[in-house]
Amino acid sequence: MAKKLNLKDKYRLLTRDLDWEYSYVDRKEAFPYEEFEGIKITDWSKWEDPFRLTMDAYWKYQAEKEKKLYAIFDAFSQHNGHLNVTDARYVNAIKLFLTGISPLEYAAYQGFAHVGRQFGGVGARVACQMQAIDELRHVQTQIHAMSHYNKFFDGFQDFSHMHDRVWYLSVPKSFFNDARAAGPFEFMIAIGFSFEYVLTNLVFVPFMSGAAYNGDMATVTFGFSAQSDEARHMTLGLEVIKFLLEQHEDNVPIVQKWIDKWFWRGCRLLSIVGMMMDYMLPNKVMSWKEAWEVYFEEAGGALFKDLARYGIRMPKYSEVISKEKEHVSHQAWWTFYAHGHVAGFHTWIPSDEELDWLSEKYPDTFDKYYRPRWELAKKMEAEGKRFYNQGLPQLCTTCQIPMMFTEMDHPTLTSYRECEHEGERYHFCSDGCKDIFQEEPEKYVQSWLPVHQIFQGNCGGPDVGDILKDFYRMNVGADNMDIKGSPDEKRWKAWKGVA
Amino acid sequence: MPVYAITPDYKGEVKDRKENFGDNQVVYVGWDHHLMFPAPFAFLLPMDMPFKAMIEEVLPVSFSVHPEWEKIDWSTVEWMLDGKVFKPDFDKNLGEQGVGHKSIMRFNTPELKGFQGAGV
Repeated sequence: MAKKLNLKDKYRLLTRDLDWEYSYVDRKEAFPYEEFEGIKITDWSKWEDPFRLTMDAYWKYQAEKEKKLYAIFDAFSQHNGHLNVTDARYVNAIKLFLTGISPLEYAAYQGFAHVGRQFGGVGARVACQMQAIDELRHVQTQIHAMSHYNKFFDGFQDFSHMHDRVWYLSVPKSFFNDARAAGPFEFMIAIGFSFEYVLTNLVFVPFMSGAAYNGDMATVTFGFSAQSDEARHMTLGLEVIKFLLEQHEDNVPIVQKWIDKWFWRGCRLLSIVGMMMDYMLPNKVMSWKEAWEVYFEEAGGALFKDLARYGIRMPKYSEVISKEKEHVSHQAWWTFYAHGHVAGFHTWIPSDEELDWLSEKYPDTFDKYYRPRWELAKKMEAEGKRFYNQGLPQLCTTCQIPMMFTEMDHPTLTSYRECEHEGERYHFCSDGCKDIFQEEPEKYVQSWLPVHQIFQGNCGGPDVGDILKDFYRMNVGADNMDIKGSPDEKRWKAWKGVA
Repeated sequence: MPVYAITPDYKGEVKDRKENFGDNQVVYVGWDHHLMFPAPFAFLLPMDMPFKAMIEEVLPVSFSVHPEWEKIDWSTVEWMLDGKVFKPDFDKNLGEQGVGHKSIMRFNTPELKGFQGAGV
């Protein structure tokens, strides 16, 4: 009978010993993606495993966790948990999560599975494969957590189809496509480090605390369950950056360039989180500005101080983002409010109490620049002419967000940037997005910009209503438009017995 | 570098080249300091459209909902075309006066400061 392995031996056998010497294939042919990005790896054995976990322990641990998670989902469902959320407006935050963010978990799974094959070092491969499985579990558990709401609210039914087609969802989708189309090392700096390590707290904490503050036990429970995985993802992100920086000094400027790029792209993507926190949660957790100060300026600032010894500095344009924290959430929610007829969730004017909360949280900007927009919206709504923007917005070629950002020294002026490449004009919302294009124009000339695709006739139509119905598969009149008068609101009022 | 790719001499397909839009071209129009409109608009227009027709027939569809639209004095409007000061001839076609594919036209109405004077 084979003797029982001690933990140390088992760990070695199930991680490092999974590698082998290549006798009849050149190692470079086995790992063809390793060199084209310019990263130099001199010794993969210097890789330190960020977590000591073997696959058998992983399965056992995750199975236990998920058994508990699904027991809570069942209880949530059996007790009509959806009736305990603060009000029907809250559910729109999780519609946005399911259509915009959950599919990114699947994209992350695909990305980590790819790099988990392509790295020459076995330690990195095993860690990435485990993260790939985490991401696959996360997309599944998120879908299950939110599936209960699909029985009672509009807008959940075709999230995956919508993610691939709906105009504003091209923002998160193209973000991950960009990362996955990059080489394996850039993918790790993009997702493993910049997103998972530097910015993830700004996605998870707001959504999960938002769920807790608004009575959404299904989403809160998912958040707790994912926490230990997220902690592993963060340690992997940190190990990757330290490993690359320690392997060769030539890696430093390449890594810095990727940090600059992915910090900027991440910040643009987080605009939707900012608006969710400031506008979509009936019970607010904290303002976007406060979250930015705690999770980026304090925590991220300390991290970049640590990385300074490798020659890494703060991400480029972080001073612009420090100013934009006063503006972006307001600009984003106004953009969705104005396009509420073509969104897959409901929008609304903040209540008077909420407008006052925004004034208090944003004393330097809200009353001066943004309250007047809501005063105009209120006036129009009172006249029976709820404002819906007529026409299609110009989009940034890189982040694909409508050109809603403004100059930080002239906050009422749209920020326009442009450049020419091989005789074609390209437009951007910012210097950050323009820099990214100019570094790799052959990548971004391929941007699938929803507005231009509609003009080219690739999205059905020509009527907007037909595009929504046939191409996006929205239930027009139920999924979209203002929450006032929506079927969601009518049902909610009936359940709660209010007029 | 034009791109970092594993494929040598990788070229991307230009998704928004002029030919893909048929006989029309994409033109963007933004009204400075009027952020009721969250972003500039994208229009698909024929280049033989007179400037005047764009003002009278195209722009009102998107912009006329603004309470100040009716008050615009077009003789004092300041125009920018692709980042340069532009004095449009209202009777000439768009194409004849330098408007091209993916051009940006910005207009500023010096006497109108937006809803509540707040750039809205």
